[in-house]
Amino acid sequence: MIGAVCKAAGSLQYKTGTWRDNRPEVNDNCNGCGICETFCPDSCITIENKKCIIDYDYCKGCGICANECVRKAIVMREERK
Amino acid sequence: MVLAERENLLAAGHRACPGCGAAIALRQILRALGRDTIVVSATGCVETFTSPYGMSAWEVPWIHSLFENSASVASGVQAALEFLQEKSSVVVISGDGGTFDIGMGAMSGMFERKQNITYICYDNEAYMNTGVQGSSATPYGSSTTTTPAGRASFGKIQHKKDMPAIALAHDVDYVATASIAYPQDLMKKVAKTKEIYGPKYIQVHTPCTIGWGFDSSKTIEIGKLAVETGLVPIYEVEKGKPMVVKKVKNKKPVMEYLKFQNRYRHLLKGEQKDIADQIQAICDKNIERFGI
Ligand SMILES: Cc1ncc(C[n+]2csc(CCOP(=O)(O)OP(=O)(O)O)c2C)c(N)n1
Ligand code: SF4
Ligand code: SF4
Ligand code: SF4
Ligand SMILES: [Mg+2]
Repeated sequence: MIGAVCKAAGSLQYKTGTWRDNRPEVNDNCNGCGICETFCPDSCITIENKKCIIDYDYCKGCGICANECVRKAIVMREERK
Repeated sequence: MVLAERENLLAAGHRACPGCGAAIALRQILRALGRDTIVVSATGCVETFTSPYGMSAWEVPWIHSLFENSASVASGVQAALEFLQEKSSVVVISGDGGTFDIGMGAMSGMFERKQNITYICYDNEAYMNTGVQGSSATPYGSSTTTTPAGRASFGKIQHKKDMPAIALAHDVDYVATASIAYPQDLMKKVAKTKEIYGPKYIQVHTPCTIGWGFDSSKTIEIGKLAVETGLVPIYEVEKGKPMVVKKVKNKKPVMEYLKFQNRYRHLLKGEQKDIADQIQAICDKNIERFGI
């Protein structure tokens, strides 16, 4: 039997933001309701001072946040490489 | 229910596909459970994308052994905690293959022993991690690599196994279905398991962009449609109480759900269209049976 143990949250070493084709950009319509944070699969949204903040180091650009925001406060733009 | 304000216990940097429904489920489940939790996972997408060596995304204690034995491993963990008189929620998080198929015997034993464990199945309706093979959770008419649609077949011939009913037949203390598209309902149900001593089963519907074939931005939209059409009934049964069902006011025709997904593409036109009618009949039956 082979066993292995590792520490919590070591995944942070791996920056999944490099996977992204489209970048979610937050505009002034945002009121910090947090819907996008609940649905982001990649734990890269935080709500600070009633505003959605996206961590582009990890955001994979799936577009769920933009699709679910009822205030149309997130727009997806093609990533310029 | 008091949930820690937006507590996040699944670290970024995990390797799920963009738009993965199972990853959304994990974040919601862990938020409802809180830190005082030990998770046991079966082999599958969740296990794989959260645990490259040295790069675990888990921020609660987590163990993985095999595909088939997560309920057995959890049973041992729970027995040890009980002996040590330590209180922590022991929770299994396993895919549909690990639950409906290969791990069903181990889960049945865990239910029979009345162990204080919550078993959560994230149901993406096929064996995704190995390349979309059909499981007994794969729905009727859907195309997978082992139930391919083509001239000779309309996709999966068998119907989806009614796993919550099988759990209920074990007289477990709590059985619920949920969807990532309804996070408040999901988190309420998961949080409730912490108050109930005994075996609990929750099945969470988790759309999969790769296996189902839809755009990564549509995961929640598809999840909602599955519920709004009646194809995926959302309910809970607490032991000794009547079933509580999520009602849907404006039900949608199942075609609204099917047309977004490549796994049902063959049903949209031509001679296999009558299979879509049969899937509508499944919805109608659910709506009547559960009072949706
Ligand atoms: C005994 C055994 N058989 C087969 C496999 C290969 N295998 C790994 S993951 C997997 C599919 C898991 O499917 P599911 O439980 O639905 O989880 P998903 O990948 O869909 O999230 C299979 C067949 C294995 N690891 N062990
Ligand atoms: S869902 Fe929209 S309005 Fe709400 S926090 Fe996110 S970006 Fe802002
Ligand atoms: S695009 Fe996807 S990964 Fe990026 S912030 Fe939005 S929901 Fe999260
Ligand atoms: S194959 Fe499906 S379940 Fe697996 S990581 Fe990708 S989207 Fe998630
Ligand atoms: Mg699966």
